Amino acid sequence: MSESRKYPFPVIDSDICKGCKLCIAACPKKVLVISEKLNSKGFHFSEYVGEGCIGCGNCFYTCPEPSAVTVYLKDYVPEEVS
Amino acid sequence: MPRMLMKGNYAAVYGAILAGCEAYYGYPITPASEIAESASALFPKFGRTFLQAESEVAAINMVYGASGCGQRVMTGSSGPGISLKQEGISYCAGSALPCVIVDIMRGGPGLGNIGPEQSDYNQVVKGGGHGNYRNIVLAPNSAQEMCDLTMLAFELADKYRNPVFVLTDGVIGQMMEAVDLPEPVTRFPDKSDWAVKGTAESRHLINSIYLDHDDLERWNRELEKKYETIQKNEVLVEEYMMDDAEIVTIGYGSSSRVLRSAVDTARENGIKLGLFRPITLFPFPVDEIAQLPDKGIKGILTVEMSTGQLVDDVNLALKGKMISDLYSRLGGNVPSATEILAKISELYGV
Amino acid sequence: METFLLPRRSSRRSPSFTGCNMEKKTVLRKPKGFINVYKHKPGAEKDRTHYCPGCGHGILHKLIAEALEDFDLVEKTIIISPVGCSVFAYYYFHTGNLQVAHGRAPAVASAVSRANPDSVVISYQGDGDLAAIGGNNINQAANRGENMAVFFVNNAIYGMTGGQMAPTTLEGQKTTTTPYGRNVKTDGYPIQVCELINTFTAPVYIARTSLQDMVNIRKTRIAVRKAIMNAKDKKGFSLVEVLSMCPSGWKKDSLQSQQWIKERMVPRFPLGVLRDISEEAETIERPVPVMDPEEVKKIFGYGDFKASTIQKNTEANIKKISLRVSGFGGQGIMSTGIVLANVGMEYGYNVSWLPSYGPEMRGGTANCSVKIQEDTIGASEVTEPNMIIAMNQPSLEKFEKIMIPGGALMYNSTLIDIEPTRNDVDIYNVPITGMADELGDTRVQSMVSVGAFAAITGLFDPKEIVTLIPSLFAGKPDKVLKMNEEAVLKGYNYVTENFSV
Repeated sequence: MSESRKYPFPVIDSDICKGCKLCIAACPKKVLVISEKLNSKGFHFSEYVGEGCIGCGNCFYTCPEPSAVTVYLKDYVPEEVS
Repeated sequence: MPRMLMKGNYAAVYGAILAGCEAYYGYPITPASEIAESASALFPKFGRTFLQAESEVAAINMVYGASGCGQRVMTGSSGPGISLKQEGISYCAGSALPCVIVDIMRGGPGLGNIGPEQSDYNQVVKGGGHGNYRNIVLAPNSAQEMCDLTMLAFELADKYRNPVFVLTDGVIGQMMEAVDLPEPVTRFPDKSDWAVKGTAESRHLINSIYLDHDDLERWNRELEKKYETIQKNEVLVEEYMMDDAEIVTIGYGSSSRVLRSAVDTARENGIKLGLFRPITLFPFPVDEIAQLPDKGIKGILTVEMSTGQLVDDVNLALKGKMISDLYSRLGGNVPSATEILAKISELYGV
Repeated sequence: METFLLPRRSSRRSPSFTGCNMEKKTVLRKPKGFINVYKHKPGAEKDRTHYCPGCGHGILHKLIAEALEDFDLVEKTIIISPVGCSVFAYYYFHTGNLQVAHGRAPAVASAVSRANPDSVVISYQGDGDLAAIGGNNINQAANRGENMAVFFVNNAIYGMTGGQMAPTTLEGQKTTTTPYGRNVKTDGYPIQVCELINTFTAPVYIARTSLQDMVNIRKTRIAVRKAIMNAKDKKGFSLVEVLSMCPSGWKKDSLQSQQWIKERMVPRFPLGVLRDISEEAETIERPVPVMDPEEVKKIFGYGDFKASTIQKNTEANIKKISLRVSGFGGQGIMSTGIVLANVGMEYGYNVSWLPSYGPEMRGGTANCSVKIQEDTIGASEVTEPNMIIAMNQPSLEKFEKIMIPGGALMYNSTLIDIEPTRNDVDIYNVPITGMADELGDTRVQSMVSVGAFAAITGLFDPKEIVTLIPSLFAGKPDKVLKMNEEAVLKGYNYVTENFSV
């Protein structure tokens, strides 16, 4: 991920995503879209359009895959990641 | 050493407590109910768990849970209840969980009756539930052995991480005899590499699922090897007047008690009768029985309270060198020494 | 930690999901309640679940894993996964795991919770597992108030086996085993599990939530955290039923599935907190097992046992006893036999006592076999008695026939007015019941019999029996002991005075 990105934002693991679209429906700002591309498992995965995330966490909580969605919230300090 | 007059069913519970059994889960059924009753009276005195389960099925699954947590645990039942427990016993075997199950056999099939029979032999000795597995099966024939063999059952269960049955019939369960209470067990096996204790280090998995065919075959082969080791190391038998015996009777549980009386009477009348009693039914004393024909005996009579379940194993062990005859009583009837001697006279002309 | 706790509400008010915690997190990522790499999962894909796209299990898994991390409970949690799509829950949770038989998770969890009272035990079950095959187990665990959190995924269908009817399948719903729709006249109605569990007294928390949208997922999150905290605080039994999507089983996409929950399931399975009494519930405490051998011996009273010093009578008339005692239930038949066996044991003999048990007893007659001898005892059932004690007429008729010649036949002449037919045995007609009545209590007739037995056989000294009475009747008042002592002597004296023995 780029250091210059503005928090909050989601990161979706395109390879883990099964393309169920629950996150897209749950996003209040409609900043998630389904990709035209297919991942290695043959799913059209979910993508962040790049801006507009308000850090509500809906995509994280509605996603059934434990590691498909990570949301870095407003107060996130990158040093926390080791 | 304390000596107490008690029923076989009680003696099993004394043995369990002395062996360090921490939990008893059971469901009432005649003629095994005194096991649950005495456990309910005794276990709480030691701060240990007694719970009357909602069903036989629940009881064996509670056993599965307690064993998965590393506890020494026991349940007890009789025919119909054992039938119900079979799935859970298969899970215990498949997950390599040690546990002790006492079966006080009664008459079947179906509801049958509550008289003594030995007709759970096949369902206990041959595995009983689904899948390739064996139970270790100990067959006490006295109240003292109900205590001693229950204690041994816990040792073997832990040694092999396998279900162990204490298999006997209503007579031995209901009968009172003097029991010398042994010393309590002082050393318990370390189960920290597999038991789930609700701690960071014990986050293990208790499981019998192997989705991959090769994995499951490998696991079954491991179990098979374990049963071979048990067969090699754990056979127990009692021989009575066997040294010069010309006719051998074979039986376990209460029939072996009657056979002992029959041997005594026969000897008084000059008939060289001997008693061969398997104490372990699995492992079955295959080698010991296979040697009998070499001793120049005239005949072998298997006496059981079932329709040939035991004699099948005797004859498999004899490998065709001799064929054992069968005398059986059913439905709650216990053979008497007199009728056994009459049968022997009829069969072997003595 | 406190920031994650829900504000406590009194149960006097209607329970609800209000008071959602807003803990400060700076990142939402795969919770530490999950294993990093799913090592138990076979095959190559050890970084993703086996669940279908849009399946509700993953959402609930995440809420549980998050709560375990947030409350620092991952290490002390044990998850029980029975059969259904969540059979493989153990692939994912970084906790202790037991995979168990279909429907039996609550039974297994009951034992796990007792074995490890400080752990957090979670039973994770689907609708077929919990409400069909395991219906009794969940009810009984709830009724016992077992300390566990049950997460019940209700998706109105059997997912794992390919979409068959579940106990919660809706009226008219098509499944692979209700191809024409669930017909309530043949298949019954969908079972409302929360309402059923709410009929039991013990459970502390019962809630039904849904994964139909974000509002309800957040309510589910609250309920999950509440149930887990209850287990941690040893408050007892919590059940959270979660209406969940099964897009594959329902043949719908994820969003249609959420819509279907909202439109079809919720009207049948109303959402809400049905009960929350966790605040008032008492903490469940389990005893610590006594395992120390010395302590075990002390509780059994090993130190109090004294080896008997009673000398055997080498001059006894009958030295090997094969006795049948028989009579009506209530005549002390069993206790006569037990006392004789006990006394024989104290004399150092081998003894056995075998009752007739079961319906025969309830039919009004009772009998027992007693053997007392020097040698090891073979058969314990006495088929050829050398002595009988017949307390009523049917017993005399039944058992005199099987006596061996030369034996001793004692019968209760108070109640039996016929003569024995055997003339090759020694007959002792003793008014057993009458003598007991003279002493003031019919119940002492067993000890009259014991005294008479001692006189006939010469095996026991009545004075020794009397010294054993306090231990034989431990806990009984002195008056009772005294009366039993008198009964022994009375029976003994009657025989010695009236018969040549």
